[in-house]
Amino acid sequence: MQLVLERRAERSTMIAVASPLIAVALTIVTFAILFAIMGKNPIEALYIYFIEPLTDPFSLQEIAVKATPLVLIAVGLALCYIANIWNIGAEGQFLVGAVCGSWLAVRTNGTDVGYWVLPAMLILGTLGGAIYGLIPAICRVYFGASEILTSLMLVYVANLGMDYMVRGPWRDPAGLNFPTTAAFDPVASVPTLLEGTGRLHAGSIIALVVVMLITVLLGRTIMGFEIRLVGAAPRAARFSGFSADRLVLITFAVSGALAGLAGIIEVAGPIGHLDPGVSSGYGFTAIIVAFLGRLNPVGILMAGLFLALTFIGGEGAQISMKVPLDLTKVFQGILLFYVLACDSLIVYRLRLLRSVKAAPAHA
Amino acid sequence: MLDATSQADSLRSGPLLSAVSVSKRYGDFLANDSIDLDLFPAEIHALLGENGAGKSTLVKMMYGLIQPSGGELRWMGQKIVLGGPSEARALGIGMVFQHFTLFENLTVAENVALGLPPTESFAAISRRLAETARVYGLPLDPKREVWQLSVGERQRIEIVRALMQNPKLLILDEPTSVLTPQEADLLFVVLDRLKSEGRAILYISHKLEEVKRLCDTATILRGGKKVATCNPRQETAASLARMMVGGEIGEVKAASGRTVALPRLAIHKLSLAPDDPHGTYLEEVSLEVRGGEVVGIAGVSGNGQDELFSALSGERQSPGEGAIVIDGHAAGLLGVTERRRIGAAFVPEERLGHGTAPRMRLSENALLTGHAASGMVKKGFVDRLATLAHVDRTTKAFDVRKAKRNPEAVSLSGGNLQKFIVGREILREPGVLVVSQPTWGVDAGAAAVIRQALIDLAGRGAAVLVISQDLDELAEIADRIAVMFHGRLSAPLEASEATREKLGLLMGGASPERAAGEQEVEHAVGA
Repeated sequence: MQLVLERRAERSTMIAVASPLIAVALTIVTFAILFAIMGKNPIEALYIYFIEPLTDPFSLQEIAVKATPLVLIAVGLALCYIANIWNIGAEGQFLVGAVCGSWLAVRTNGTDVGYWVLPAMLILGTLGGAIYGLIPAICRVYFGASEILTSLMLVYVANLGMDYMVRGPWRDPAGLNFPTTAAFDPVASVPTLLEGTGRLHAGSIIALVVVMLITVLLGRTIMGFEIRLVGAAPRAARFSGFSADRLVLITFAVSGALAGLAGIIEVAGPIGHLDPGVSSGYGFTAIIVAFLGRLNPVGILMAGLFLALTFIGGEGAQISMKVPLDLTKVFQGILLFYVLACDSLIVYRLRLLRSVKAAPAHA
Repeated sequence: MLDATSQADSLRSGPLLSAVSVSKRYGDFLANDSIDLDLFPAEIHALLGENGAGKSTLVKMMYGLIQPSGGELRWMGQKIVLGGPSEARALGIGMVFQHFTLFENLTVAENVALGLPPTESFAAISRRLAETARVYGLPLDPKREVWQLSVGERQRIEIVRALMQNPKLLILDEPTSVLTPQEADLLFVVLDRLKSEGRAILYISHKLEEVKRLCDTATILRGGKKVATCNPRQETAASLARMMVGGEIGEVKAASGRTVALPRLAIHKLSLAPDDPHGTYLEEVSLEVRGGEVVGIAGVSGNGQDELFSALSGERQSPGEGAIVIDGHAAGLLGVTERRRIGAAFVPEERLGHGTAPRMRLSENALLTGHAASGMVKKGFVDRLATLAHVDRTTKAFDVRKAKRNPEAVSLSGGNLQKFIVGREILREPGVLVVSQPTWGVDAGAAAVIRQALIDLAGRGAAVLVISQDLDELAEIADRIAVMFHGRLSAPLEASEATREKLGLLMGGASPERAAGEQEVEHAVGA
């Protein structure tokens, strides 16, 4: 008996849809076993993780708040990954976007100059992320540097740069020496949608619009075709007249812009000021979201909501079951592993091969 | 005629490998229907048939790649069940595929080593590889990486790799489709030698003259069934073709009353360094193709044809804008898209991965070359109906057979995909068409359709440039033929003057005394 992977004649559309669901199911089973080993009741743990947050309106809003930056970043990353371009530095682009937008908030702090402040901050954050994203793209196109390494290393540069700003020039004079800016003015803050009931904010609507725009871009436009073609068959793409270098610049700029936008929305929205802890690793978690969502914008929206659920559930579990918060990261790692494993079933099928030598020697 | 009339010495020993009423069923489809076949030592056995006749299915079963659904295989009279190619190789069955199974990023020696049992050191394999290649006159540089090699050179790796396993039975799938007449002659010498060493050879082909010349026995398949086993030397090419096709093949007809007009494609002293260090320098290539004519470029693969194609298509830029002129436009510095906009169209050699994106649907592959100038894109948005309509028109005009309306390119057979690719370009009515190896690995029926379409396009006033290694093809369709050698292009000969001998000598370099094989060695070493 032998288990073999056999190439399918065509990609299986059914498996393409089912693969993330299979992965989620396998992850939950693994997770339950993990809980059992830790001596916790797996049923109770799974309930706290995955069901309880859905029963409470405040938690539901929190899921949307968490999902907003994840979806924004992951949709941009999907453009890169579809084209076989590897932007691993969305975390850095997120932080630079947050810093660039915050500059205006800090400069205008306490002046209440007008309602143009927030839109201007969003534009600054977007531009900042795009420009920061272009650095590894330019290094790759003109110097042949691996964008995987450069984009990743630039995360640390961004992190330390932001750290300097909040500990140094932008530190709140009235902040008791905590490394944080002053709280942003109302005109420099993303408004909440449901007054007084939770933190759901207008950024979630922006994320939905972006999901729709990118869906149209990928499915209907020649630019989307170019992105898909460069990823699927680079030589055919060149023959088609598309430049892979141009695409590296474009996809990095767009994904950087969306990560930067997510950064400034996060800072000007739920957090309300800039401090070293604004990200909690959104730029990296978004990589999982992008793949869990099959690099498809709508899939990413659902994947983002699902991962946000695990964050909220993880916090709940930490409080009520005394399990470490890092368990959520373990969960996400296991999930990514299963997603990538299940993906091979789209192009391959599993077949049980019985040993043919067992056949009788005469016919 | 229906029974094997093999040589006396073959009859003395029993068959080496027999297929006894072997069938293969895929769902409702019978790819092989009770086929009987006996392969004898010291015999070259031809397996003839159109694409889809079941040749590949049959040999895949003999090589252990797939299992028969019925019947059995016998090796020297004993029933065998082949669990995989390694078991087939262990018995002494070697195979050279039409579609190569090579790792592009590995060297020749590394590719060969991967197919051999791990008992031999890599250095020893490299030495034995060079030795085998030398003995059989198949020059190969073991240290070169495969991606840099031409189709012809890649095939040599496959042949040498199979020979290094010292097979008792060697299966070759359309081996001469990429060779010059001289190279094919060299291969025939190799095959004759293998035969005299007592090996059995199963030779899949649709080149009937070649089969008549080389093979002792021929088995003809049609629609998954065996039509006949015969002695090809006692048949005519026409009678063999009738058995293959089950009817007459339409001959390619020259378009009548063609007016040869002004040059529509001109290359002026184009010199170009190659992309990679092992490529070929183009040196002062000049050529004019007039409207209404088909010009052929012959030559052994790897002599600069790939470089010339990418320079013409615009995948690579020329040093000056005047080096390439398309319909009066200086196009040397234009990109692929701009060249398409001024009326040029291109068909590259590789169907999958270059001419099409294998895992994309045909409508998207129509867009691949059609986005520039066919109204498929409006204000940046793709008109899906227009792309589908282009697929439908191509399907209808070129009889592209496929399982559904808009499948992935990779699911089409070679001949049907090539008809799609050529049709996709011709339906745009280009003023200039450059096509590389238009019928490589394509069945006779599809090849005739494609060649006729090229001639008809020229008949409507377009300039058609065909880069091909198939001299029969060029003789059939070209008005003038030039030859590429070491990056230089000879002056074109009128088709009436271009005999096989003349072309063969040009393909092996200018001086007639030296054999093509020696030239090849020099080329490989000098590169």
